[in-house]
Amino acid sequence: MALDQAPPPLFRNGPTPLARLSFYVTLSLALFVLDLRFHALEGLRQALFHVADPIRQVAQTPVRMLRDGSEYFTALETLQSENAALRTARLETAAALARLPELAAENERLRQILKLRASEATSGQAARILYTARDPFSRRVYLDKGANDGLVAGQPVMDADGLIGQVTRIFPAAAEVTLITDKNLTLPVRSARTGLRSFVSGLGDGTVALRYVPANADIQPGDLLTTSGLDGVYPSGFPVARVQAVERGSGNAFAEIIARPVAAVENHSIVMVLEPLQLPPAPETAAPAPPKPRRLRGR
Amino acid sequence: MFATNQSPRILKPVKPWFIVATLILALLLNLLPLQQWLFMPDWVMLALAFWSVREWRHVGLGWAFALGLLMDVADASALGQHALAYVLLGYGASSLSRRLLWFSLSLQALHVLPLFLVATSIQAAIRMIAGDMFPGWGIFVTPFLVALLWPIVSFFLLIPQYQPEERDENRPI
Repeated sequence: MALDQAPPPLFRNGPTPLARLSFYVTLSLALFVLDLRFHALEGLRQALFHVADPIRQVAQTPVRMLRDGSEYFTALETLQSENAALRTARLETAAALARLPELAAENERLRQILKLRASEATSGQAARILYTARDPFSRRVYLDKGANDGLVAGQPVMDADGLIGQVTRIFPAAAEVTLITDKNLTLPVRSARTGLRSFVSGLGDGTVALRYVPANADIQPGDLLTTSGLDGVYPSGFPVARVQAVERGSGNAFAEIIARPVAAVENHSIVMVLEPLQLPPAPETAAPAPPKPRRLRGR
Repeated sequence: MFATNQSPRILKPVKPWFIVATLILALLLNLLPLQQWLFMPDWVMLALAFWSVREWRHVGLGWAFALGLLMDVADASALGQHALAYVLLGYGASSLSRRLLWFSLSLQALHVLPLFLVATSIQAAIRMIAGDMFPGWGIFVTPFLVALLWPIVSFFLLIPQYQPEERDENRPI
């Protein structure tokens, strides 16, 4: 008769804690590399989003009720003064707006004479910002519209004053917007005063930096930077940022230029998601591949 | 007196649904859209550490991993970032559990503070390896906040286990 050497079931606890730890750590690191390096886990992210979404809906309800409630009880006086301000603003823009169709037609005619490509009409839809992502390493917000409303990744997002970012991820009922202050977002701009073209990229602290501008370039604090429209993602001419400080070190070939976004990038509630641009077909010889919407570097 | 291993008090066994409910509540608190407040404590970290210390048979590393993945998706951070931090936190907390319960609540908070600091540093380190910038020392306020909340939350999470089995007028508790 052989003695049974196995421990009684009371003491069988599965793998040791250390084995479990190494299993889960390996799994986490694998996920991390697959997600950041190869972007291979969008499906898993979508699935997990569906799990987290009901919890988020519940979590947002009281905060939203508080916010909407306080809006509801706004004093009459505030509303009246706001109404008066809006009327004045409308009167001020009314004259310019009335001439807009005429000017647009004239512009179109002149463009035809000059054989320039017709400039795109821009339209879009308004969306509400649901919440800001908690991740301290990035600047992202979530919108309350998603694939169900026809949004696609790559669409520019702006508010009343200027550009605030780009849609980078799409969920059925939500969309992730990377703000222009995020370190991983770079967009081509042009100085409105001199026409100097360059790039801005976020610094992660609410400001952006204007890159690759020679130290002797004509740029000074107060200059407005607008989108140049060269990337085929952002329509040209939208205000992006205003130059705040210019530092010309003798050791650097490039000037260090800090600019502050003109839009209320990090505090707003309703934004406009613009339609993606329809690019003309690329010339056959220059680029064999059709121009794709520019993707973000990194994630 | 608070129920540590030194007190004569005997706790009722915990109900598994209560653990699940508190973990989901912690997730809910983390998902509150209050990010304008710079220093929101990481409630999931706190609840997870608490249950890993008290009930390491119920709340294992699988829970830590799953909650971490959910936080990753909810925060729009890299997949695996919170998961890794929470798994290491859960392991550390459960291996501390036999020692920790001999101390008073404030000393317990001092013991778990390094765990929270490590969990936060790991998230920062792994993102910096991946090429992100250091987001500033502000991120290390959260672990201290969580450690400060430890005694309070410990008290509240143990309330159901304090209730007597049946009410008895002649018995003091």
